[in-house]
Amino acid sequence: MTARAQPGRIRRALRGNPLNLIALGLLGLICVIAVLGPSLVPHDPLATDTAVALQPPSAQHWFGTDQLGRDLFSRVVVATRLDLLIALGAVALSMVAGSVLGAIIGYWGGVLDAVVSRLVDVLMAFPLFVLAMALVAALGNSVINVVYATAIVNLPFYIRLARSEIRPRRALGYAEAARAGGSGNWRILSRHLIPNIAAPLVIQGSVNLGWAVLNAAGLSFLGLGVRPPTPEWGIMVAEGARFIASGQWWIVTFPGLALMLAVFTFNLLGDALRDILDPRLRT
Amino acid sequence: MTRIGLRILSAIPTLLGVVVVTFLLTRVLPGDPAVFFASNPAMSAADIAAVRESLGLDRPLYEQFLIYLGNLAQGDLGRSIATGQPVAAEFARRLPASAELTFLAFFLAVVVAVPLGLVAALRPGSLIDHAARLIATLGVSMPTFVTGLLLIHVFYFRAGVMPEPIGRLDPFLFEPARVTGFLTIDALFAGDRQVFVAALHQMMLPAVTMALFALAPLARMTRASMIATLGSEFIRSARAAGLSRGKIIVVYALRNAMLPVVTTMGMVFSYMLGANVLVERVFSWPGIGAFAIDSIVNLDYAPLQGFVLIMAAIFIAVNLVVDIVTVLIDPRVEN
Repeated sequence: MTARAQPGRIRRALRGNPLNLIALGLLGLICVIAVLGPSLVPHDPLATDTAVALQPPSAQHWFGTDQLGRDLFSRVVVATRLDLLIALGAVALSMVAGSVLGAIIGYWGGVLDAVVSRLVDVLMAFPLFVLAMALVAALGNSVINVVYATAIVNLPFYIRLARSEIRPRRALGYAEAARAGGSGNWRILSRHLIPNIAAPLVIQGSVNLGWAVLNAAGLSFLGLGVRPPTPEWGIMVAEGARFIASGQWWIVTFPGLALMLAVFTFNLLGDALRDILDPRLRT
Repeated sequence: MTRIGLRILSAIPTLLGVVVVTFLLTRVLPGDPAVFFASNPAMSAADIAAVRESLGLDRPLYEQFLIYLGNLAQGDLGRSIATGQPVAAEFARRLPASAELTFLAFFLAVVVAVPLGLVAALRPGSLIDHAARLIATLGVSMPTFVTGLLLIHVFYFRAGVMPEPIGRLDPFLFEPARVTGFLTIDALFAGDRQVFVAALHQMMLPAVTMALFALAPLARMTRASMIATLGSEFIRSARAAGLSRGKIIVVYALRNAMLPVVTTMGMVFSYMLGANVLVERVFSWPGIGAFAIDSIVNLDYAPLQGFVLIMAAIFIAVNLVVDIVTVLIDPRVEN
């Protein structure tokens, strides 16, 4: 089985399940908003105007305004880029570091494997969000540390996955053939084995993206990472929390919906990628 | 039995690893507890050095670790800089609030998700099946803190059927005499119906918020496991032998299908431990998660360290229980 997807398989996966098509459409929409958002919005996301504070959604302010009179629609749209960058950065980091480390210990085994595997066990003994929280607190309260913390917390999953996928392939025909052909261990690993385990890793990554978005937003909801007045979904929800019990529902609802939509899209995307890349894994 | 014994022993190295990581988290990384004092302008360099000495921060790292271990063995988690109280006492006071909420949420999730998954499995492809999947997918995409806030808006502000989200009990009611620390149970002990109902009422929204997020994995696993079991040989034999449908489902299929569900329950419980922090923040719940957040804000490291350690210990214990239950349900696992 190769990681490369044939066009026919993509078409079949899209036709077979309309949700896959919806997932791709939503992904495109989110990417466009992330890239073009800041130049499309009707208002400056940071401009305050207390004369129009706490106004419900209207033709002028589609999502209403917050306690400082900032336009919520503009803030929700502009926040997309930052939220996606944090999640993408974290997932990319843990995917690359985790797969390389997992592949190495899976290929060579031995003492290194035993040590890293025990470390992974220990990391997995912490509830994920709690560990992420503690890491940000220890590393220092900044956006880049939220990325690192989210990446570290996810590392064990990639290490375990890569390790278990590499192990049975070490002695397969094509690895042996490459060895007989004079390839060194590193070359076999990087040219022959790692490309072959890309599919499950990519699937894990896309499912992970949704979780990373939630994790980062949860941290900034608690006041870790992104600082106000930067537009970010988690912070906006936190700011709106003070007004939810007095009836101003829109401050929480719209950034909350944006979060939900992003997570929903990444979860669907994970299923779609599974259909395309590895039909055997379908549930 | 030997397997259970071995499994309990195997948790010890993990627990030790957790203690090491928790220790390093607050010592090697830039979070130096003495920095907290250094930010106070009234402190001279000599004062800071004295604080470092009293906290044992001037000694080599391994010595600090041994002191930390020794303190842990005596149940001493250090002292909170912000409140001046021993961290262990603070946690003991707050843990029941978190535990009561988490147990109720877990109970709600299981009571709804397992039947939902069962019905979906008995009629795959039906309207109920699709509805169950939709609810589950939406539930897992909703950030817990947003769900909680929206529930407050709808049920407290709009409908007015739920109490104000401020803590565990209406401030006009008296807390029952403390026995377990669980307000509902203590109220029952005290024979106070009014407090029991009020405490339960107050817990409803936060518990539902946590349960919604846990619904998806439980319902999905129940459905998948039940479908697999219903398609297996021994169910076919039972059917061929003329047993009634109800008996086959309840007596034979359900018991066998529960195994992966129990494993998922362990996972869900760990989700909840994390979600607890966010939910407690939203509902001003006086639990250990809320305490941990306050300590982060105050750069108060001893409570944070204690919190991480307690959460990991609970998590390890839950996994242990899950494994033991698995062995008890399925004797085959023993071999």
